[in-house]
Amino acid sequence: MTTEPKIRFESVGKTFNARGKTVTALQDINLDVRDGEFLVIVGPSGCGKSTLLDLLGGLSDISSGRILVDGKPVTGPGLDRGIVFQQYALLPWRTAQGNVEFGLEAKGVSRRERAAKAREYLDLVGLAGFHDRYPHELSGGMKQRVAIARSLAFDPDVLLMDEPFAALDAQTRDGLQDELLRIWEKTGKTIVFITHGIEEAVYLGQRVAVLTSRPGRIKQVVEVPIDARSATEDLRSDPQFAHYRHEIWSLLRDEVDRARNEELKINV
Amino acid sequence: MSSITETRPTERSVSLGGRPAVRPAPAVSVGSAVRTAGRVAGAVVTRTIAIGLLALVWEIFPRLGLVDATFLPPLSEVLVAWWDLLLSGELWAHTEASLTRSAAGFGLAILIAVPLGLLIGWYSPVANLLNPLLEVFRNTAALAILPVFVLILGLGETSKISIILYGCTWPILLNTVSGVRTVDPLLIKSARSLGLGPIRLFQKVVLPAAVPTIFTGIRLAGAASILILIAAEMVGAKAGLGYLINYAQYNFAVSDMYAGIITISAIGLLVNQLLIVTERRFSTWRTN
Repeated sequence: MTTEPKIRFESVGKTFNARGKTVTALQDINLDVRDGEFLVIVGPSGCGKSTLLDLLGGLSDISSGRILVDGKPVTGPGLDRGIVFQQYALLPWRTAQGNVEFGLEAKGVSRRERAAKAREYLDLVGLAGFHDRYPHELSGGMKQRVAIARSLAFDPDVLLMDEPFAALDAQTRDGLQDELLRIWEKTGKTIVFITHGIEEAVYLGQRVAVLTSRPGRIKQVVEVPIDARSATEDLRSDPQFAHYRHEIWSLLRDEVDRARNEELKINV
Repeated sequence: MSSITETRPTERSVSLGGRPAVRPAPAVSVGSAVRTAGRVAGAVVTRTIAIGLLALVWEIFPRLGLVDATFLPPLSEVLVAWWDLLLSGELWAHTEASLTRSAAGFGLAILIAVPLGLLIGWYSPVANLLNPLLEVFRNTAALAILPVFVLILGLGETSKISIILYGCTWPILLNTVSGVRTVDPLLIKSARSLGLGPIRLFQKVVLPAAVPTIFTGIRLAGAASILILIAAEMVGAKAGLGYLINYAQYNFAVSDMYAGIITISAIGLLVNQLLIVTERRFSTWRTN
């Protein structure tokens, strides 16, 4: 076994210029993600969670420090990392099938192989029979399944998920969480999952990194050693689950309070 | 395609055809079929009643002497005049002359304005620079500039086609620019994350996303092309529907004048309907 992490954040910082003022969104982030790990990043709103994911995805530039994927610094977007957005980001003029094929077109896969791959991954996310539907004909949960299939189809090592289930209703969300765990176990991808939901974080993450309110820093990384999640009948009512939920809740509460106070100060 | 989007055009085409679907459905059919037929018939009645009423007023008022029949002959007389013009081939000659000009100006406007708009929209510094200028030109009525065109290009076809081209360019250009500029930034972000370069990004995301907005511009331009055409033909033309209307009025052939007006309004409706259907075909995904 190699000890080299799949992803390494080395004192990563990000600053923005907003109305002439420099805002520090992220400061001194140090974090390792193991190969095949399911890591959840949780934090109060506005703490820079999504910024962190944009940096990892290569969609915006790092102000200080660096991010390594497989030992190589991130300089831009790449097909070794697939991103799933909260608002699905599906092309509305393409069918589910066409949307999944979209990711493969950039990779230069042949037409026939694209069609086969797209079908395979739509089946994997439980959308067999919905291949020729357009996004506006699909429910929110189904759209997110298409988006997940699209990100999996070009076979990235790392799946980055930016609050993917936040816009869905509770039942759909629960279902998709189970589905995601199943897919993770089946494909062995490294997943970095961002959320503001504590339950979601404990339910999904092998480790949960708690971020502070702005500027975002890693407050603590909590190990959640619950094995065989998908096999447990009702994980949410497990005493172990309650224990970790409370631990992360306590860590977050101070940050949420601090964020709210700061917001009030600004608005006064 | 969903069943919802499929049924809509069908219903529309039935009502457009204006077929009186009042005849009761065969006895074999169930109550729901009768109800559907009734609803379709109802829709047809609703859509045609106002026009029918106008036709009736047009027919009766001059006959009763409520309006002077010299200036507004009854509809039936106008239709007879229209029929005569059609049989003599005169109507077709004028229509052909008009449509050729309209199509030439409109077509050229599409060929010029769409690529130009894509270019301007894609390079936002260019868009910021040119937008005020575009607004000025768009808000300068084409007809106000018509004398300039006549002055420079003379009374021939060139000036007529040019003024139509000018009038059609602005709606297409502005809509294309805004279509390109208002593409959902998340789609661009997502495409970038998939490793698409700028050219592929434009071709696979920006262009298809802008198509419905571009078509709205094209539809507006289509309406404009007919409007400007008639005005242009009233200034020194030897053929065309605008000329026919103007010439008939000079010679006091009042029925012929109205026949020309009816023809132009029918063409306008037809062109608009055609463009609406095309627009819908290209933007079915927008209905959500």
